[in-house]
Amino acid sequence: MIYFVAFIILIGIVLLWAVAQYNRLVTFRNQVQNGWKQIDVQLKRRHDLIPNLVNTVKGYMGFEQETLEKVIKARNAAASASGIQDSAEKENVLSGALTRLFALAENYPTLKSNENVRQLQEELSSTENKISFARQFYNDIATKFNISQQTFPGNLIAVLFRFQPAELFEIRETAEREVPNVDLSLRK
Amino acid sequence: MGPLPKNIYEQQAANRRNTALVVCAFILFFAFLGFGFDAFLLGFPPRTTDHDFGVPFPVATLVALAYAGFTTARSLRSGDSAVLRSACAEPIPESDPAYRQLFNIADEMSIASGIVRPKLYLITDPDPNAFATGRDPAHASIAVTQGLVRKLSREELQGVIAHEMSHIRNNDVRLMTVVAALIGAVMLLVEFGLRTMQFGGGRKKSSSGGRSGGGAGLVLFVLWLFAMVVAPLVSQLLALAVSRQREYLADASGAELTRNPGALASALEKIDAADEPTRSIKKGTGNLCIADPLGRRANEREGFLADLLATHPPVGKRITALRAMAYQGA
Repeated sequence: MIYFVAFIILIGIVLLWAVAQYNRLVTFRNQVQNGWKQIDVQLKRRHDLIPNLVNTVKGYMGFEQETLEKVIKARNAAASASGIQDSAEKENVLSGALTRLFALAENYPTLKSNENVRQLQEELSSTENKISFARQFYNDIATKFNISQQTFPGNLIAVLFRFQPAELFEIRETAEREVPNVDLSLRK
Repeated sequence: MGPLPKNIYEQQAANRRNTALVVCAFILFFAFLGFGFDAFLLGFPPRTTDHDFGVPFPVATLVALAYAGFTTARSLRSGDSAVLRSACAEPIPESDPAYRQLFNIADEMSIASGIVRPKLYLITDPDPNAFATGRDPAHASIAVTQGLVRKLSREELQGVIAHEMSHIRNNDVRLMTVVAALIGAVMLLVEFGLRTMQFGGGRKKSSSGGRSGGGAGLVLFVLWLFAMVVAPLVSQLLALAVSRQREYLADASGAELTRNPGALASALEKIDAADEPTRSIKKGTGNLCIADPLGRRANEREGFLADLLATHPPVGKRITALRAMAYQGA
């Protein structure tokens, strides 16, 4: 009788643990999905800000037409990208184009002192930060999700209910190479 | 701090472990005082042969605990508004273009940490400083001084906001409130204990001392008496130790948010260089500031005693730890 009761209690404890573990994994999975959506929110914000910026600086940087066009082109390509891989690549091209634009803007003192431009630049660099922090948060939470799927005894539940490990966000090499191409020669 | 420089994650793990150790020590110390009070002065547990003396419950311990719980609940409920009021902190309107950058930075840190952006407050004070308050992440506020916004660069400001967000995320407001309530409970025990012994405690003392079994009981009683005498000092020191661990922890978890420990280090250098006291931040709220608002030089001296008596670790040590994290590759 005693053994029977002990056995029932043991089963109960194991079941409770399994439920808690399962719920933990589901919570993580939702946080990971939400983290991914947050990246999209910030990317959308960047797409919305860029036309505004380009219009404002156009008057000052007339002869940097090429750079401005590159930014607009990269922005349109990124906004219409489909699929995770495609969008990641195009966003990185856009980041490169923006970095180049900001670097060139350093050569125009009147541009830098314009209050409007300064505010826009603050908004854009903040958005750049937000994108990278959103990616960082996504990677952090995805790593936690993956660790709890892979460590014992959580992996038992993960295997039983077929949880899939989350993919980490990585910067592709090709896009990364574009950034150091910035031409910093002073033009008078 | 250990002999080897720690990276962001090792530093946080070490601080969490140290906090747990100090808090456990505090709870054991409190339990010793409380049960000693019950055993030596109130005769708990009652002896079957002595019906007119002895209480059926550890009354003093329970009363002190209830008192601590009550104080915690009360200060958690209204604590943040009281603290903000005492510092004359004004809410910053989100539309104010002058503080657009501050809001952007707070948004960035909210994204990085995954908690909602706390309400932002401004203190009209030229000395750079900042503090966090609020019982949980949903009811949290961060107050910064004008001097902080003026003197720090964008990255440094981000480091400071990340430090304060980490205080919120690590539930430090709650922890420090509970610790403060425990100090209150200890003071209550000491106050009543000393008074009971003064007025006719002698009879009870001898009867309970005798019944506890001679020598061992007497040694325990003397130990307890000694603990009661040093309790006010010891509980303050334990609370300060907790506070210092939480500062190191907030530095490290702030660095985890920004992945830029160097910026917080240089912010601390600037804040330290402006060593005027932050007059508008009162003494009691000093716990969750970025730097000790008294601006006292005790933070500079790295002597054992100076370390022991400060709410914040010495700025030099914090900067060294942050630079080590930067070196380890954040």
